[in-house]
Amino acid sequence: MGQTVIEKIIAHNIGAAQVKPGDIVTVNVDRVMIHDIFMPFVADKFAEMGFQKLWDPDKVVLIYDHLVPASQLDDTRHFRVGDAFAAKYGMTHVHRSDGICHQLMTEAGYVKPGDVVFGTDSHTTTYGCVGAFSSGIGYTEMASILGTGTMWIKVPETIKVVIDGVLPDGVMSKDIILRLIGDLGADGATYRALEFSGSAVAAMSVASRMTIANMAIEAGAKCALFTPDEKTAEYCEIILDDFQKSLYGDGDASYLNTMTYQAEDLVPVMACPSQVDKIRNVSELAGTVIDQVFIGSCTNGRLEDLQAAAKVLAGRKVAPFVKLIVTPASRKIYQEAVACGAIKTLVEAGAMVTHPGCGLCCGRTGGILSDGERVVATNNRNFLGRMGTSKVEIYLASPATAAASAAAGKITGI
Amino acid sequence: MEQFTGKVWVLGDDIDTDIIIPTEYLALKTIDDMKQYGFSPLRPELAAQIQEGDIIVAGKNFGCGSSREQAPEIIKALGIRCVIARSFARIFFRNSINNGLLLIEQPDLYDVMKEGEIIAVTVNQDIDYQGKKYPIASLPDNLVEIIQAGGLVRAMRRLNGLD
Amino acid sequence: MGMTIAEKIIALAAGVPEVKPGDIHTVNLDRMMTNDGTTHLTVDMYYNEIKNPHIADTKKMVFIVDHNVPSDSPKTAASQKKMRDFAKAHQIDFWEGQGVCHQIMMEHYVCPGELIFGADSHTCTYGALGAFGTGVGCTDLLYGMVTGTSWVLVPETVKFNLTGQLPEGVYPRDLMLTIIGEIGANGCNYQVMEFCGDGAEAMSINDRMVLCNLAVEAGAKSAVFAADEKALEYIKARGREPKAMFASDRDAVYAREYTFDLAKIQPVAARPDFVDDVVPAKEVCGVRIDEAFLGSCNNGRIDELRVGAALLKGRKVAGHVRFLVVPASQAVYLQALEEGLITTFMESGAIVMNPNCSVCWGSCQGVIGENEVLISTGTRNFKGRAGHPSSKVYLGSAATVTASAVKGEICTADMLCCN
Repeated sequence: MGQTVIEKIIAHNIGAAQVKPGDIVTVNVDRVMIHDIFMPFVADKFAEMGFQKLWDPDKVVLIYDHLVPASQLDDTRHFRVGDAFAAKYGMTHVHRSDGICHQLMTEAGYVKPGDVVFGTDSHTTTYGCVGAFSSGIGYTEMASILGTGTMWIKVPETIKVVIDGVLPDGVMSKDIILRLIGDLGADGATYRALEFSGSAVAAMSVASRMTIANMAIEAGAKCALFTPDEKTAEYCEIILDDFQKSLYGDGDASYLNTMTYQAEDLVPVMACPSQVDKIRNVSELAGTVIDQVFIGSCTNGRLEDLQAAAKVLAGRKVAPFVKLIVTPASRKIYQEAVACGAIKTLVEAGAMVTHPGCGLCCGRTGGILSDGERVVATNNRNFLGRMGTSKVEIYLASPATAAASAAAGKITGI
Repeated sequence: MEQFTGKVWVLGDDIDTDIIIPTEYLALKTIDDMKQYGFSPLRPELAAQIQEGDIIVAGKNFGCGSSREQAPEIIKALGIRCVIARSFARIFFRNSINNGLLLIEQPDLYDVMKEGEIIAVTVNQDIDYQGKKYPIASLPDNLVEIIQAGGLVRAMRRLNGLD
Repeated sequence: MGMTIAEKIIALAAGVPEVKPGDIHTVNLDRMMTNDGTTHLTVDMYYNEIKNPHIADTKKMVFIVDHNVPSDSPKTAASQKKMRDFAKAHQIDFWEGQGVCHQIMMEHYVCPGELIFGADSHTCTYGALGAFGTGVGCTDLLYGMVTGTSWVLVPETVKFNLTGQLPEGVYPRDLMLTIIGEIGANGCNYQVMEFCGDGAEAMSINDRMVLCNLAVEAGAKSAVFAADEKALEYIKARGREPKAMFASDRDAVYAREYTFDLAKIQPVAARPDFVDDVVPAKEVCGVRIDEAFLGSCNNGRIDELRVGAALLKGRKVAGHVRFLVVPASQAVYLQALEEGLITTFMESGAIVMNPNCSVCWGSCQGVIGENEVLISTGTRNFKGRAGHPSSKVYLGSAATVTASAVKGEICTADMLCCN
């Protein structure tokens, strides 16, 4: 019988001919990602467990991003613990201020198609953009992988998502994933793999696929998967091997259900306060006065996102009394955005450009708000209290919608 | 079969990890430092009111959002004996098992549960509330193993010949 | 009898022919600046304590958000919102996230001959353009906002005669720290520091800003340079006209006079925890650092960024060091972008942030932790200024700070080049 992509990856990883949903198996982990905010807890659990060494230091990547730059007195303790851990156990892959973890894992080549990867962050689903099985776990689980190199998983069922056609102007991949989360609900894909295909998906850049894979967790998904193709090969700087080329859903594979979208029917949307699955068309929300716009995060901080924002804001200014904060997702992206003029355009429009990192998305600093204020943000979560008090309203949107709203001082389409 | 009773606190659908513990407190040194801020965006007084042995009953998708393991750790540190919900988000579910926080999926109890009342739980069997029994399913064997070991840390310590 | 520059400015603002030190006069304030440090307090008092709240002249007011931007907490956000709403309601010029307050004031407002109050201690910066700028608290600011006036006790002026030229690799910041080191943290208490001489005349406006900005660290009320061609050129290029171009009279009276030979100045550092504990930088070389900061109203302009970038070209920031580079305004940032400096900073591994007070303010951006060491181009190194009470702050020039960031320990630029 045919297999879905996740079934193929897991079967290949454990050396089985086939696996089926519900099977409980132990996978061999290809790479793990640990970030600054949970590093001390990982270190504590690792010590408590009594491990003396890492199963493979080369497979461990440590990235500082939530706390860069430090905003509270105790933040730098996380760096000291991380640096000491890396030194003690012979780790070489440490990124102290190069950008957001999920951006760096694929950008720096740590994840390849077909890999099995876990990270101490829920948006680890991002690397499915290159056809890897990647998922978020807690720090205790991470500590056990650091010692053993393995983890138990239950093979998930797969929901097939097909997007065909050509995206209309002004509609970005963010609008697609928000629409999907709205249709599924915040728990609609819990324990499931989301497998993406269709002509619109094939036409998408890897960066756009990243946005979709990144937000899969917001529908509760275990992982998201895109079939590796020439774009993937170019992005990863590899030649796809036979196994990687085989990572598409078989015609006779068994899916829980199939969701089909025609790209031409899609419109710009937003997630309304305070749930990610509360989706409305931008046109319905237009005119809502806002105080701040944030363009960045692992969801939408890439070059194509900054360019989309710059295109909207060229020759225009951010509305009076409105703040625009722009945070590129990595050092590399920042430099590329400088080189192509996008940064210049955004700053001339009045944007504050901050150093690559999680910034406002994780809600510790970077544009925190107070009662009665409203923000349009390109990140992945708008939970109650996320960016300030519980009386702050957060709307999630694409970079194009966000930029247009910044110029208007209210929610608007481009 | 393990049995216990407890006073119930009722929370709604989609209680996310930012509500359980906001990000701004994640750099505090210990779970003990953090627990007073548990649930603060939604119910600022709740953390101080919870007593040892209390139970949370919630709607669907409890624990959705981040992979922050501090979420189940704080719930446990506050004294909660178990969380009963319509459904759980998956990272939260794993993290809870790994920390020995008992999670029970029950589809119907939430509809009738009133805050402050007492329920009786018989693990892997049913919940008794106002004389009616609400059945609960058994956990898979591999999860039972981790819980019986006392959580993942204990299991790993045993693997490394400690304890 | 002759008057000094400061006396002339005060006399003009008081509408009298002459003033002398010790006099108390009521002056018309030409401008008032307040930032997100204390404006919310001024606003509260305005609404709660004034019988008939009104603003004498809204065109004289400038509100600038620069200390905690982007905002780091709901409390900060609420106080900034209060400031923003007030500016909106009263049509007051409002700048948010566009740069450090004194940089914005110099770029867009200050004119020679003006008397300006600012709710920030480093308002003395404006003397670089031959204006009298002084820091006040939120209550004085409120009084000034409502009445357009204030009382001033005319300060004595202390003359600083600067001769010659700074050697290569030695900067105005080294000079000012040296001066403060010599006269002490209350060396010019309540006095005006007036800089003159051929060395002063040759200085660019940028260099004059570096000197005037730190005057408060010697206890001074203000600092000033004569308004000359350079000042005129600076403001005319920005579409402004002077109020008055003052130089001190030949027979002006000074409380004290000093002479500094610029050729003898060398790179220095101010050691923790005092701005006046100044020693030759070589004496503290070798101290391991955790963080370095290039920025602030003192040293965050294009001149200093160029010095930093030149040292970083082809080099990397040391692995364990966090090097924050923060241009003092959006205009400076854009110029740095144009000159390729931002690219150099990013390539070297530095952390580049939006224009704001940042590490110097030590409240929410680049906060240093327990027992950490910072070397900075900020204005102060008091205990706990940049973060944890146990942490230590050294002050140095842009060159010394950048060289240290590369080496991973305190190091002067010439030592770096030789390695």
